[in-house]
Amino acid sequence: MLGRTANDLYWMARYMERAENIARLLEVGYRLTLLPQEGGNSEWRATLRSAGCEADFLARHQRVETAGVVNYMLLDKDNPSSVLACLSTARRNARAQRTAITRDMWESLNAAYLDYPAFAASCLAAGELPQLLDWIRDRSALFRGAMLNTILRNDTFYFTQLGTFIERADNTARILDVKYYVLLPENELAGGGVDSTQLSAILRSVSAHRSFRWVYRDAFKPWHIADFLILNHEMPRSLRSCYMELAASLAGLAESYGTVAPCAATAESTLRQLQGGDMKHILQAGLHDFLVAFIANNNRLASEIASAYHFNG
Amino acid sequence: MRGIGKGKRVREPYRGVSEWLEGHTGEELHRKSSQAESMFRRTGITFAVYGAQEASERLIPFDIVPRIISAAEWRKLAAGIEQRVRALNAFMYDIYHRQEILRAGRVPVDLVIQNAAFVPEMMGAEPPRGIYSHIMGIDIVRTGENEFSVLEDNTRTPSGVSYMLENRETMMHMLPDLFRANRVAPVERYPEDLRATLESVAPSNLDREPTIAVLTPGLHNSAYFEHSFLADRMGVELVEGQDLVVTGGQLMMKTTQGLKQVDVVYRRIDDDFLDPLVFNRDSMLGVPGIFDLYRAGRVTIVNAPGTGIADDKSIYSYVPDIIEFYTGRPPILQNVHTYNCRKPDELTYVLENMADLVVKETHGSGGYGMLVGPASTKAKVEEFRAKVKANPHGYIAQPTLALSTCPTLTTEGLSPRHVDLRPFVLLGDRMRLTPGGLTRVALTKGSLVVNSSQGGGTKDTWVLEE
Repeated sequence: MLGRTANDLYWMARYMERAENIARLLEVGYRLTLLPQEGGNSEWRATLRSAGCEADFLARHQRVETAGVVNYMLLDKDNPSSVLACLSTARRNARAQRTAITRDMWESLNAAYLDYPAFAASCLAAGELPQLLDWIRDRSALFRGAMLNTILRNDTFYFTQLGTFIERADNTARILDVKYYVLLPENELAGGGVDSTQLSAILRSVSAHRSFRWVYRDAFKPWHIADFLILNHEMPRSLRSCYMELAASLAGLAESYGTVAPCAATAESTLRQLQGGDMKHILQAGLHDFLVAFIANNNRLASEIASAYHFNG
Repeated sequence: MRGIGKGKRVREPYRGVSEWLEGHTGEELHRKSSQAESMFRRTGITFAVYGAQEASERLIPFDIVPRIISAAEWRKLAAGIEQRVRALNAFMYDIYHRQEILRAGRVPVDLVIQNAAFVPEMMGAEPPRGIYSHIMGIDIVRTGENEFSVLEDNTRTPSGVSYMLENRETMMHMLPDLFRANRVAPVERYPEDLRATLESVAPSNLDREPTIAVLTPGLHNSAYFEHSFLADRMGVELVEGQDLVVTGGQLMMKTTQGLKQVDVVYRRIDDDFLDPLVFNRDSMLGVPGIFDLYRAGRVTIVNAPGTGIADDKSIYSYVPDIIEFYTGRPPILQNVHTYNCRKPDELTYVLENMADLVVKETHGSGGYGMLVGPASTKAKVEEFRAKVKANPHGYIAQPTLALSTCPTLTTEGLSPRHVDLRPFVLLGDRMRLTPGGLTRVALTKGSLVVNSSQGGGTKDTWVLEE
């Protein structure tokens, strides 16, 4: 496979995953602003921070308010992480690699790209943001389903998986980092009552507010949410799950190419750290510091992958 | 909907389709037609139009009424096409070697040597099997009952074959009844045939299966869809110039596992851009050093550089002589009568009758730089007259009667529209001709321009089996 092809597949998957994550983040922000006591402004700032685009937004907008944020994150062509930009970048990568992806994958992605602008405009005009966010999640699920059902389990699959899970790990870590203070044990002790809307918002943003209850129903503590999203191996958006997938894909590449790239060891070592991890220790050492280090590590793994597999020739 | 004939006699091959059409209302047909369009859009079968920024990906309009050729007609066409493509390849071999045909005075020397499409760097090169143009599209028009003529040869990098395949796919998906009722020869072998052809011309000293790549100028090229389509159907890599490098006397592509040798390049970029060390120095699309490797027999370039000399419009009028010269037989398929403006008496005729003629630039392609006299304005005709007078060598002219018509679905129901036909021929260890081709149709009433860049559409093309 061409290095350029691997690069395009990787970014196609990353941008599809990002489009979905942006929709999830917006959904949470939107729900929180509907609540009577919430300061909408600060929630939207947290949303922008999770998406990694607070600075860019503030540079171009005077005020942080619902309509502006929604438009910026859904339809702004100049925001590279807007859903519109994600879909068109993913589609450009897919189009450049039509030979590498299956017809089902292409058609689901292409249809999402073609239908999105008009559908988004009509939903927003009718005040139906939730329907639009559902639609984006559906399309992303359709694409991933088409991929998992049709793609050959060779390097095409592995590079697509790598893009998906590097992006997902980054996203989960960012969501946690923006809200880490509500997950700390001190918070419970200090405030007495945990801010349950904040907790459920975090879970909603990863579609896990129900599965969480199944896993932790006996002993519910706020930091269990951190445990769930960082160390739990059953939760498909947890950092550990993401690294299980990343390590598996890198192992798959090593097997099919007959050589092990250094980035495989990097992913393995992060995975071992998560597998043997203990939430108490992480909290003692500082959740924020842990997450910042994780995000940096994740980025380092991404660039190691790019150089090991000649993404740029 | 009223059938094709409207009271007139329906030609035999069309009988089945005519009956089918009579069983459906115009509304039903238009609904089918828009379904087809949305299938094309979903699949991404688009082409880019240069200079049209906002709609840079367009669909080629598709007409659901098939164009039908009988088995007997096809047999004659196939024989004529084979004769023609073999003669054209013999011509190229000769032009780039001993130039017997020029010595014999059958083709004017200056027409070849001073032609922009003649590539002197190709002199003496020995392409595998002596083949220059492996992939050709011969544009054909019907000039009478059981009579076809060649309008144009395409020996450089003919495009459109993906439409032949996707049009059929779409028709079979939407109108299965039609295929049950008619014995239509399949076209789906083309990608396999193409791959076999490319493998058969790999450098001869290989001790392994040759590695093939399709070289595209990239995403923004008008035929990008086709490039990726063909690579995909053949199961070979689609590469850009930036993915290839010449090193250690080999052509290599940059893969996820480092460099990998490439043996056959089906290039879809023009000669000029192929190798900045030999041709256009500013080319970013090509591969520096690829031409030397080619000359050394280390890699096969398909089609070979310099094949434009065989489809140049000024050479076209000599093709019947070329066929006779190399095969010793008269041509099976005639040319459309062509006035060569470099000949004084024919120039006079063209200048006097310009309003009734189609005038073409000898180096133009894609329907650009041409005048369709009867469909044009007085001012345009005058403009062309001045151009031709100033540079007679640069123009040829043909009568406008040349295109036949085929029933086509329009807003006023079925109505005749002008069509041509491009069958696709492959030449390697043997000739492979797909029974079918691309039928292009001029959708505007009375128009003779079928090029997709100029508002033409396409039809599925059926060759009936006996």
